[in-house]
Amino acid sequence: MKRRDFIQKTVASSALLSLTGLSLSSFKSNDLKHITILHTNDVHSYIDPFPADHPRNPNMGGVARRASLIETIRKENPNVLLLDAGDIFQGTPYFNYYGGELEFKLMSMMGYDVATLGNHDFDNGIDGFYAQLHNAKFDFVSANYDFKNTILDGHVKPYKIKTIDSIKIGIFGLGVELEGLVDKKNYKETVYNNPIEVATDMARILKQEEKCDLVICLSHIGFKYKEDPNKVCDILLAKQTKDIDLIIGGHTHTFLDKPIIEKNSEGKQVLINQVGCYGLNLGRIDFYLSNDKELQSQGKSIVV
Amino acid sequence: MVNLKNYNVVLKHFVLLLTFISLIACSSQKYQVTKIEGKKIGITETQQSKTEIENYIKPYREHIDKDLSEVLAYNPETLDKSKGEWQTNIGCFLADITIEKSNPIFQKRENKTIDICLLNHGGIRTLIPKGNVTARNAYEVMPFENSAIIVALKGEQIIELANHIIAEKKPHPLSGLNFTVSKDLKATKLLVQGKPLENDKIYYVVTSDYLSNGGDNMAFFKKGIEKFDIDYKLRNIMIDYFKDVDTLRINNDVRIIKE
Repeated sequence: MKRRDFIQKTVASSALLSLTGLSLSSFKSNDLKHITILHTNDVHSYIDPFPADHPRNPNMGGVARRASLIETIRKENPNVLLLDAGDIFQGTPYFNYYGGELEFKLMSMMGYDVATLGNHDFDNGIDGFYAQLHNAKFDFVSANYDFKNTILDGHVKPYKIKTIDSIKIGIFGLGVELEGLVDKKNYKETVYNNPIEVATDMARILKQEEKCDLVICLSHIGFKYKEDPNKVCDILLAKQTKDIDLIIGGHTHTFLDKPIIEKNSEGKQVLINQVGCYGLNLGRIDFYLSNDKELQSQGKSIVV
Repeated sequence: MVNLKNYNVVLKHFVLLLTFISLIACSSQKYQVTKIEGKKIGITETQQSKTEIENYIKPYREHIDKDLSEVLAYNPETLDKSKGEWQTNIGCFLADITIEKSNPIFQKRENKTIDICLLNHGGIRTLIPKGNVTARNAYEVMPFENSAIIVALKGEQIIELANHIIAEKKPHPLSGLNFTVSKDLKATKLLVQGKPLENDKIYYVVTSDYLSNGGDNMAFFKKGIEKFDIDYKLRNIMIDYFKDVDTLRINNDVRIIKE
């Protein structure tokens, strides 16, 4: 064998080898992506743990403990998305004294990524919210509140796209109807739009146009209303829309032991979760994604 | 040898082609969810606290604690909303001080005088124990940011107001209005500031912004002719009153008499 032939053969076979290596790494075990979603809702300015003699929640909650738990989880899996579904404000003297400054600062320190507005986040008026916004090193999203004629115009976006470990995640926000719930002098010219219609548009934009791998709705419209079953809520939202993977809810202070699975308008599964209130719990949803056709063809398994 | 060499060229092209195809295949193959796990993690005392966060909160907490722990006045009797059919001592107290603290502002701004105060029983969140009183008590009784609103109501709406109290059978905080509940459960002998009610006269009723918008089914407030916002939080009314006095003045005069 001439030397030239040998080199050619070597090049060919190493190319073949690297191809096999490439295909292995891109289609097999290495290409399982793991995204951890952590979330809270209705924390209501509860920063300190409840006292030991509290009749309902003795020794529960506390921001310093939550921060440490989040840190532990981030060490396990750095691909974390930390979310809050609104009503950050109002409930303890921390809010009355500092107007939400400490709440936003602590959430920034914990590395919150995105939050939406609850009705109580208007309690110091839309101006009071705006005044504290510089303390929030995270984004606020709301798709059905039109802030065009308010001070929040341009400061609260309908949605935010985060790319974590090359997985594109679209997050949009939904808020509860303000009329009758919040004083007009507090929400001023904020316009409330129908959550289902807005969510339908958002899901289409994020899934079809932006090609997000995951679509998450941060909702403060409430889990469900027993006494008023037609009132828009997370359950109806899940059933009447498509292309939403996860709804993280708030407002009704609903303690779900585990996420609820609903069927959307296409018969596909949607997860809904809500973890009560006052920072007593942290919700955790782990998404495993693959681009292996074989694995994909087996469908998704939901372990809750 | 020649044959083998040609084969290698073919192989090389084949490999290139394969790489190309697989790259295209790879890039067009989207990620899809294959598994989801979900759970709720309770934040309990077994969870360690992050020192950095704890130290950050400390000065804020100490400032509030110092402020809210300062003794402002003495309370001679436990004020509790659960005792009383038509009125409670805490309700009378809150309604009385709301008129007392709102009137100077209303008189100065509008040159008018408040006649009546009506708040709601549900708005009183806890009791005030006998003993020293601090601002913390005010935060516990009134945690929300409700503020005082003065609504101008005609005499006939005052009758509606009284009949609403009878219909709901709740000891709502009331001051400035006295009436009798007749045997057929109607409000009679209405007296405003000690004078008989006149149907066409306009009365000024101080309440919370929440109730003035018809909250807690108090629809009669929506019939108000005029509304005045004095930008005074109900909680600050309490705190300011505590600062004014050494001992809380509790007036348990009977406001509603049952026939």
